[in-house]
Amino acid sequence: MEVRVEKLRKEFERFPALHHVSLDIRSGELIALLGPSGSGKTTLLRLISGLEAPTEGKIFFGEQDASYKSVQERNIGFVFQHYALFRHMTVLENVSFGLKIRPAKRRPAAAEIKKRALELLELVQLSGLEKRYPAQLSGGQRQRVALARAMAVEPNVLLLDEPFGALDAQVRKDLRKWLREIHDQTGHTTVFVTHDQEEALELADRIVVMSQGRIEQVGTPDEVYDNPNSPFVFGFIGQSNCLKVRISNHEVWFEDRPIGVPAPGEREGEALLYFRPHDIQILDGCGGCMAGVVASSRRVAGTRHVEVDVGSGHNPVEIELPPEKAAGIDRSRIAFRPTKWKIFRP
Amino acid sequence: MAHDASQPQQRLARVGKATTEKPAARWALIAISLLFLLLMLFLPLTAVFVEAFRKGLFAFIEALGDPETFSAIRLTLIVAGIAVPLNLVFGIAAAWAIAKFEFKGKAFLTTLIDLPFSVSPVISGLVFVLLFGSHSVLGPFLQSYGIKILFAVPGLVLATVFVTFPFVARELIPLMQEQGTADEEAALSLGASGWQTFWYVTLPNIKWGLLYGVLLCNARAMGEFGAVSVVSGHIRGQTNTMPLQVEILYNEYNFVAAFAVATLLALLALVTLVLKTLLEMRYSAEIAASRRH
Repeated sequence: MEVRVEKLRKEFERFPALHHVSLDIRSGELIALLGPSGSGKTTLLRLISGLEAPTEGKIFFGEQDASYKSVQERNIGFVFQHYALFRHMTVLENVSFGLKIRPAKRRPAAAEIKKRALELLELVQLSGLEKRYPAQLSGGQRQRVALARAMAVEPNVLLLDEPFGALDAQVRKDLRKWLREIHDQTGHTTVFVTHDQEEALELADRIVVMSQGRIEQVGTPDEVYDNPNSPFVFGFIGQSNCLKVRISNHEVWFEDRPIGVPAPGEREGEALLYFRPHDIQILDGCGGCMAGVVASSRRVAGTRHVEVDVGSGHNPVEIELPPEKAAGIDRSRIAFRPTKWKIFRP
Repeated sequence: MAHDASQPQQRLARVGKATTEKPAARWALIAISLLFLLLMLFLPLTAVFVEAFRKGLFAFIEALGDPETFSAIRLTLIVAGIAVPLNLVFGIAAAWAIAKFEFKGKAFLTTLIDLPFSVSPVISGLVFVLLFGSHSVLGPFLQSYGIKILFAVPGLVLATVFVTFPFVARELIPLMQEQGTADEEAALSLGASGWQTFWYVTLPNIKWGLLYGVLLCNARAMGEFGAVSVVSGHIRGQTNTMPLQVEILYNEYNFVAAFAVATLLALLALVTLVLKTLLEMRYSAEIAASRRH
């Protein structure tokens, strides 16, 4: 089901957590709310769920105004960071809870409930564990039970609050892939909150980047990564360098010289140049380039991250090189030029 | 070589854990505690039983069969039977409010719950004499409708409720605070009503703590002397609870009867203690399980 959020505002005891946020969530999409802590992403998720009430603004489920509906009436599935499984119930009882507590006229027969719960456990690959208690499961298994429990009520929308936040790195990766598969199979409209940009990039159809209670950018992983619309998004998603530069004569100048980066149509004056560590090209001679001394380098997976000192008063620039090019370059001078970049005004 | 290798290990063993005392200090501490317990707790308790059976089992049974004593036992059961359920409901409500909601005056309410612990029981009784006595506003008003509070069962119940109300709430507040609201939110999001959430999620989560609180509350309700003594009026066969009956019998030099009733109270204490220990074993396992997340 589509979910539309209109000019949503939320204050906690006069402290603003969300400023007039509007967002369209398409039916069947997997969308990530991404931002640092305090950016309002969890608040937005809880407002959609009905666990919090907005100070101002509207929430639509399909064409229906759900702003004043209770959490029960919204029929959502919510998955919590710390699972919130009912510890005195078995896995099967947990998953069937949402159906069992329905009023008699909307409640399926007991056999039907059990059948559906077992099917869901199969979907989340926990068949055979239905008699266990939550304390007897690993973190990853618990979160899968929580997801099955949320899906059992056939929710309009699935809301996941940092679903992998409490798990260790390897389990996170597995579950990520697995969640994507489940989503492709079931087609639930799904919103998940994360502060992990890698998770958002890998998993989501679209990413909503949030900062300080506002939405900075909404787009596909490719859009937000390749075409960030603000310094915040550029800095928050992926690695990036930020340099204080000057625009003059439709060219970018660093300190006292142009660095071979054209800036057609840009206004003259101070600017910030953003580029990613891997979007550079190493040059032999320096006729319009950046140059500096290699301060340090470290191995990260298949590449070498090299820190280049470009002069006092500037943060060191980080660039990525293939390991064979980076061998033995410590303390030596290196010349390079960004191949892809963005210019923002301070 | 072998000799050399073993030396560091020996030294390590001698150093031991940093928090472990020397044997002498350890034994001294254990001996002091045991001696203290023996003198202050075990001996008096044994004395109660010895005195009760001094004139034989028959005298003991006869003493308990006395109509006034029997009436005191009945009254104690009635008072506890009313006061404990009341405090159960109040305790859950107060703990729920304090642990799960944010509101103004929360700190004040928390302090207020502790009030009966810090007030002398005699004062707790006097409060009700002042409220419902013949010189008060409420007393004569209720009296004109034929409702008797003081020197009757309602007064005893009120005083007992007042003295014992912290027990359940105090037990539940930290437990509920630690458990947070995520489980309740999960239930609500799955469509459960407030009542269903309480019944199927909150109550099972707190059941051991609740039982523990009720047990302590009951022990105190049955054993309370001070506050009850002030509002009772000591009418024989009518407003004397077990602790009051013990005092009256003792003052009449009827030692066997006094100690016979006292054994019942002591037995209650022992049963409470055993149940409490069993619960703690069970309950700590549950707490540990919930923390293993």
